[in-house]
Amino acid sequence: MPPTIIQDINQHNFHEVLRPTPFHPRVDHNCLTKNWMDWNGYLTARTYDTLAAEYFAIRSSCSVMDLTPMGKYRINGPDANKFLNRLVTRDVSMLRPQRVSYVVMCNDEGKVLDDATIFHLSEGDYRLCCQHHQLDWLMISSLGMDVSIEEETHDVAALAVQGPTSASALKLAGIDEIEQLKPYDILHTQLHGFEVMVSRTGYTGDLGYELWTSPDNALNLWDAIFEVKQKGFYDIRTIGLSALEMVRIEAGFILPGDDFNTAETAIRADRVRSPYEVGLGWVVNLDKPSFTGKRALLDEKKKPIKRRLLRLEVSGNKAPQDSFLYAGKGGKRIGTIMTQIWSPILKANLAMADVEFAGGSQPNDIWAEIYYQKELEWRVSWAKGKVWNKPFWTHPRRSASPPGSY
Amino acid sequence: MQSYDAIVIGAGHNGLVNATFLAKAGLKVLVVEKNDYIGGATVSRELHQDWKYSNCSYVCSLFRPEIYQALDLGRHGLEVVPLQGSVTFKQNGDYFGSYHQSPVRRREIERHSKRDADASIRFDADLMKWCRLIRSFLLTAPPDPGSLKIRNVMEFSYLLKKFHSLSESQIYEFIRFFTMSIAEYLEEYFESDVILAHFSGGSIIGTGLGVYSPGTAYVLLHHAMGDVDGNVGSWGFARGGMGAVSAAIASSFQAEDGKIRTDAEVDQILVKGGRAVGVALNGGEEIYANTIVSNLDAKRTFLKIMARNDLPENVVQRAENFKIRGSSGKVNIALDGLPNFPALPPRSPLTLGHIHFTDTLERLERAYDDWKDDSWSKDPYVDLVIPSQYDPTLAPPGKHMMSVFVQYCPVKPEGGWTDQKKDAFGASVINQISDYSPNFKDLLLHAEVRTPKEIEDEVGLTEGNIFQGELTLDQLMFNRPFPGYARYRGPVKGMYMCSSSTHPGGGVMGAPGTNSAREILADLKRRDTTPEDFGDD
Repeated sequence: MPPTIIQDINQHNFHEVLRPTPFHPRVDHNCLTKNWMDWNGYLTARTYDTLAAEYFAIRSSCSVMDLTPMGKYRINGPDANKFLNRLVTRDVSMLRPQRVSYVVMCNDEGKVLDDATIFHLSEGDYRLCCQHHQLDWLMISSLGMDVSIEEETHDVAALAVQGPTSASALKLAGIDEIEQLKPYDILHTQLHGFEVMVSRTGYTGDLGYELWTSPDNALNLWDAIFEVKQKGFYDIRTIGLSALEMVRIEAGFILPGDDFNTAETAIRADRVRSPYEVGLGWVVNLDKPSFTGKRALLDEKKKPIKRRLLRLEVSGNKAPQDSFLYAGKGGKRIGTIMTQIWSPILKANLAMADVEFAGGSQPNDIWAEIYYQKELEWRVSWAKGKVWNKPFWTHPRRSASPPGSY
Repeated sequence: MQSYDAIVIGAGHNGLVNATFLAKAGLKVLVVEKNDYIGGATVSRELHQDWKYSNCSYVCSLFRPEIYQALDLGRHGLEVVPLQGSVTFKQNGDYFGSYHQSPVRRREIERHSKRDADASIRFDADLMKWCRLIRSFLLTAPPDPGSLKIRNVMEFSYLLKKFHSLSESQIYEFIRFFTMSIAEYLEEYFESDVILAHFSGGSIIGTGLGVYSPGTAYVLLHHAMGDVDGNVGSWGFARGGMGAVSAAIASSFQAEDGKIRTDAEVDQILVKGGRAVGVALNGGEEIYANTIVSNLDAKRTFLKIMARNDLPENVVQRAENFKIRGSSGKVNIALDGLPNFPALPPRSPLTLGHIHFTDTLERLERAYDDWKDDSWSKDPYVDLVIPSQYDPTLAPPGKHMMSVFVQYCPVKPEGGWTDQKKDAFGASVINQISDYSPNFKDLLLHAEVRTPKEIEDEVGLTEGNIFQGELTLDQLMFNRPFPGYARYRGPVKGMYMCSSSTHPGGGVMGAPGTNSAREILADLKRRDTTPEDFGDD
């Protein structure tokens, strides 16, 4: 086995099932619903107050979300770039310092382990952020390379500040250079005397930023942002994971583990998915000399695709939760709704759907069988699905540089 | 002279399960038991006043829920309470605990190795793959690859289909898993010594093999493939001790008009004109039936209660060569109070489950070395539980019952067992516990020490082997107990086997008894009363 990683020999508190993040005093104060959930072992708010208000904070003004539970790994050393470039399917060899790239990691069979973002913090120093625990895989993948890998999930406090007025609000909070940031840029700056890293990244499909600092400064960072609200400039609201789920589906982002089984956790052999099957073919670069899973993906590319994770707009207003999908109304069963939301902006049911492609082609008539209840009485209805090859919803402010003031 | 449709020899849990399914099909069934109590190794006895021990088997997980439901064991008084947590104490004063809550469990692994916390996700998923595969073969007779009978061909193709559902790489991994040692297997996942030791314990329990012996990885699966209410790999306590399991099955059997005779040891299975016709008891009494089912292990069945000239020579030979090494002992203890383990923080839930004191693979292997030298382990591996923490029926209020399973203990130490040696074996266990629990010895009220000799003499398990035959690949599936006889039918017409010597093997599972009943009822052209596999998909 490779060398042992740092061990924390302090006895942990077994009475505390879910761990508080460094923002917890503020999170707890703001969370009126006390509707907690487990995100990566952390105590996380599902909603703070009212879901609709949280959703519109993201789409209409400014939202703040505690991002600390996101898995974070610090990667550096002479072979750091070589290591990362072999780890992921996309070519990140040219990723410049202070830039971020969205990537996907596969196992040797070309099945998706996770998606991730690589932050090139400064020359040769990287942070990898992903949804699932990947330390074991990173260590296995680093065999024979001169690279240091450390998990820093708990050592970096992070907030997502997203929404049309996020740039304006952060500027008022004291981040003067905020307007210089283009999408996927990174800025290292000072705020009230402590160091903050700002990246123009997010999971909302809107204008937005992610702010990273040490846990010691977490509450100062929080307070600096909310001071803008207290002064009456902009409404700023805390949002929970339920609101995030709505906007990420609108924006067409996938969620490994919810939209599909990740390869490491899959037990049944047919539950694993390739990047092509989850709509991430665009981050696979088969021209790259080598990367983990390349041979399998080259083989797969030659054959007709078996299934795809589709963005499906389902007609009507009945939520197609866990619905089966059929080729034609009452036809052959061809798939399942994985996740779905009602979009308040589009007034439509939006879903991620796992759909079989018979003969490699997309079924042209997809119907959902929807079970829904009215006053505890269950009913069934059928609704036609429409496939979106692009995100359900986009807005130019997401990528406008400099950002507008809105 | 009373006669029966079927006689089942041995009131262990499999015998009782088998008898109940036969009775449910309308057969007149008698179970004969040599002891004056039923249960075999699924037994609770009061050996110290007001204390009830689970004298042999002590936790429940493998018992198939299909059988539980079909025999209506809940209404016959059975409750299986899931146990929580487990702990391995380290020699340096620290410990590794496995908590019930997954975020807490994860952080505890992280405390020993951050990487191992992530590796455990891969490990759990991989183990589940093999569990899922193996579980689909538990409630079915093993397919016979040599037979061209339609049913056998269909069953064998089912096996191939199951394997086919694995991906190519999963098939490679599965073959490796079946043939590897547990130490090598776990070292592909974990780096922390205590975590390696903690997870490998289950793969040597009851087995005459060490953690570095090939084939032990499978034994881990055998202990992990059960579940309590869908939580695969979890274990539970039967309320009232393991005797409650056999008592509930017996009650279900009696509700079907089944008869049980205790103090009735079978001397021989009577064979006339090439078919089994009854049994002769030790006192000379003969009881007749057209179907005779042996719940004794394969060695006892063919070498002790059947006449050699009633059997084909190869069966005698196979039975003689059947691998059934005893390697485990048991110490059951009545305690005046709950022992204290100072290494644990106050109110720790970890003593509610399995407690171990072996923190490295090397110590596990050394314990095995002693056994190979015909000695009990000087530094034994123990699986200690205190079920009275949950179960008020086992000891008076405030008092406790402790069950300590001990690996390894030889069938016959050099010069044979004496009372002195038995005491010394018991002392090695008690001393190990008191190394970690200073008040333990002061709480001791009574202890029952069982070496493989006591287990053989009292329960009737040859050499005291708890699985009625080693769980190694050469003695599993269509090779259990031996080739040609894996489908529960004996070499003599009308004679059957239903013990843990048959597929799918040992543990309080009920599956051998059920599968055997299904085959018997098919031969008799009776209604199949056995349950269908719930299925994992």
